[in-house]
Amino acid sequence: MSRKKKIGNFFTYIVLILISIVWLFPFVGLVLQSFRSYVTEFGGMVGYLVPKKFSLDSYIYLFSGECKFIRWYLNTLIIAFFVTAGQTVVVVCVSYALSRMRFAGRNFLMRTWLILGMFPGFLTMICLYFLLKLLGLTQAGAVPGLILIGIASSGMGYYVCKGYFDTIPKSLDEAARIDGATRAQILISMIVPLSKPIIIYTALVAFMAPWCDYVFASYVAFGHSNSYNVAVSLQNWVWTNDYQGFFTRFCAGGILVAIPVTILFMCLQKYYVEGVTGGAVKG
Amino acid sequence: MDKFKKNVEAFREFGRGFMRMLRELGESIVKGSPMTKVSMVIFGFAHILRKQFLRGFTFLVGELALLWMIFGFGWKYISKFSSLGNSSGGYNPDGTISYGDNSFFILLYGILVILAFIALLILWSMSLRDSYRCEKRLAVGKKLPTNKEDWHSLFDKNFAQTLLTLPVIGIFVFTVLPILFMICIAFTNYDKNHTPPSALFTWVGLENFKKILDFGGTGLGPTFFRVLGWTLCWAFFATFLNYFLGMGVAILINRQGIKFKKLWRTILVMTIAVPQIVSLLYIGKLFAADGLINLFLMNHGIIDRAIPFWTNANYARVLIILINLWVGIPYMMLIATGLLMNIPADLYESARIDGANSFQMFRKITLPYMLFVTGPFLLTSFTGNLNNFNVIYLLSKGQPKSMSLSDGAGATDLLVTWLYTVTVTNNDYKIAAVIGIMVFIVTAVISLVVYGMLPSVKDEEGFQ
Repeated sequence: MSRKKKIGNFFTYIVLILISIVWLFPFVGLVLQSFRSYVTEFGGMVGYLVPKKFSLDSYIYLFSGECKFIRWYLNTLIIAFFVTAGQTVVVVCVSYALSRMRFAGRNFLMRTWLILGMFPGFLTMICLYFLLKLLGLTQAGAVPGLILIGIASSGMGYYVCKGYFDTIPKSLDEAARIDGATRAQILISMIVPLSKPIIIYTALVAFMAPWCDYVFASYVAFGHSNSYNVAVSLQNWVWTNDYQGFFTRFCAGGILVAIPVTILFMCLQKYYVEGVTGGAVKG
Repeated sequence: MDKFKKNVEAFREFGRGFMRMLRELGESIVKGSPMTKVSMVIFGFAHILRKQFLRGFTFLVGELALLWMIFGFGWKYISKFSSLGNSSGGYNPDGTISYGDNSFFILLYGILVILAFIALLILWSMSLRDSYRCEKRLAVGKKLPTNKEDWHSLFDKNFAQTLLTLPVIGIFVFTVLPILFMICIAFTNYDKNHTPPSALFTWVGLENFKKILDFGGTGLGPTFFRVLGWTLCWAFFATFLNYFLGMGVAILINRQGIKFKKLWRTILVMTIAVPQIVSLLYIGKLFAADGLINLFLMNHGIIDRAIPFWTNANYARVLIILINLWVGIPYMMLIATGLLMNIPADLYESARIDGANSFQMFRKITLPYMLFVTGPFLLTSFTGNLNNFNVIYLLSKGQPKSMSLSDGAGATDLLVTWLYTVTVTNNDYKIAAVIGIMVFIVTAVISLVVYGMLPSVKDEEGFQ
């Protein structure tokens, strides 16, 4: 290796280490501050990172029944689970129909959905709220309501999955059809197994979204704390006027939210990369 | 240009198909048998007589459901559609409460009834044409598909319909209907002073659009255009800074001789893995006046007063763009890593032999390739950033507020976050609807203009 290259690599390492520090700092801070006691030390924000004394007080608070954190956590898990299942099925169905079949109105459908996608999602918030209310799915029924909203319009997000289906050779379909397989059999026994990566990607993205859904969840569950999800509670803890007392609790809650999602993501990272890269090139 | 021609062609195709359908419809009405003519009133009548029960009853049940929706359920709403109701509820002289008209439901169900009417027309034409087609088949001695065959075709030839029915209904009820409703709201005076059921709202024409473009008096013109300006500025920086820096990081990690490539990538990918609600809220608070960074610097005597990260408009804007790098670089790094490996290594080899340095190689080989391949991605990420609610809202909630901005808008508000504030805090639904339509117009115009300019669209074979 030439001398010049060695120097170049040296600086590259320095830059990469600096980047790593900047990127990891918030997570390290979050973990450290979640171990600060709000009883003996201070529950708000302080000018130092490492707590003076290691304590689990914030975590104990979350599980103690003083707040409904476990309930909120379960709500989010339930929403995430059903939205993932529903959304994946819908996206696969729509993608297969649009990728493999030619029918009257296909272009019309795709163009309409493209145009609909240009409207901002929050525009229709109030209307959706009243639609849910008609069905009795607000406040106390907010959890099924959020699941319904999460699944209902997911057909419009077919791009990445359809792009992947398009790359599976059509000759495979034709061969199966000559053997007497119906379209439905082809989808279930051929396309789905062949598209495992993109299906996992779709499910992963669907699973991640409900954890961040603050806006709609707080609107639909308004005033009914049993129906909150973790995003609503975390947001409330940070933005309440006395968040000083709740800051370490927010950190602890955040860690509990982040750990399972992060582990899941890291395990399925390979599929995520494939989906994101494929989606970016297709546009 | 080609794209334009393609669009025109698509429209022509659509028009031709529509004309064909009308011709067939006319033919069915004129030449159809008496049975088919009865089907004009009782949908599916002819089908049922021909023992095509599956089709016949589908048409009939569809007709009855739509008719019930229009006349049984929706009539009392659609009849007041032009005024959105005229009697507001309130206390009667004897102290009882009387419920008046509810403009909200009149509008919502009114739209539903109009759409049901269109659906009825479509169903009518489908049933009629299909019946006539069956007659023609019988006339030339062909057999009609049996009920069993019809049923099986739903999993084979017509599988697309089976797959798409539920998703299309879902999108219709939870996206199309609400969007049509909100577009209508933009032409009414629905706000916190006109909230059903206690008060009515009504049509006001283009009043709200005038207000948002009006620069004098109580007009929202100055606020709207400043928010729009920052939205465009933010989307530009958020997209291109992330794009180039993300590519840069990917190139650094990809360098020959760099070890632990996987480790560096994993560290960056943590940002995508951890839910933004956790990471961005925490980072936002790091920079608060009483946050870790300010307190740390003050405790060590480096500064006397807290740096106003979130209360000074310019600081807040720059900080948001910087923090967005933290969010966006890993994402771009992932995409770029995959794509950089696709560039043939011999291109670089021959460039090196010709004496090119790294920067020249980047400019002449890497960059053109990346721009070519990721053109559509740049466009979607630009329009995505125009509507990037999470980053702005979790970090600053659109604040700091400023005297020069009205209607709850703040210095870092994007149009979408402003839309949210206007809806939730101000309950000024009519203005929210107008902002939403404006966002749509901006997104649509940018998409259309840029899409035509993309090299990968103009010249699909160009780079190969």
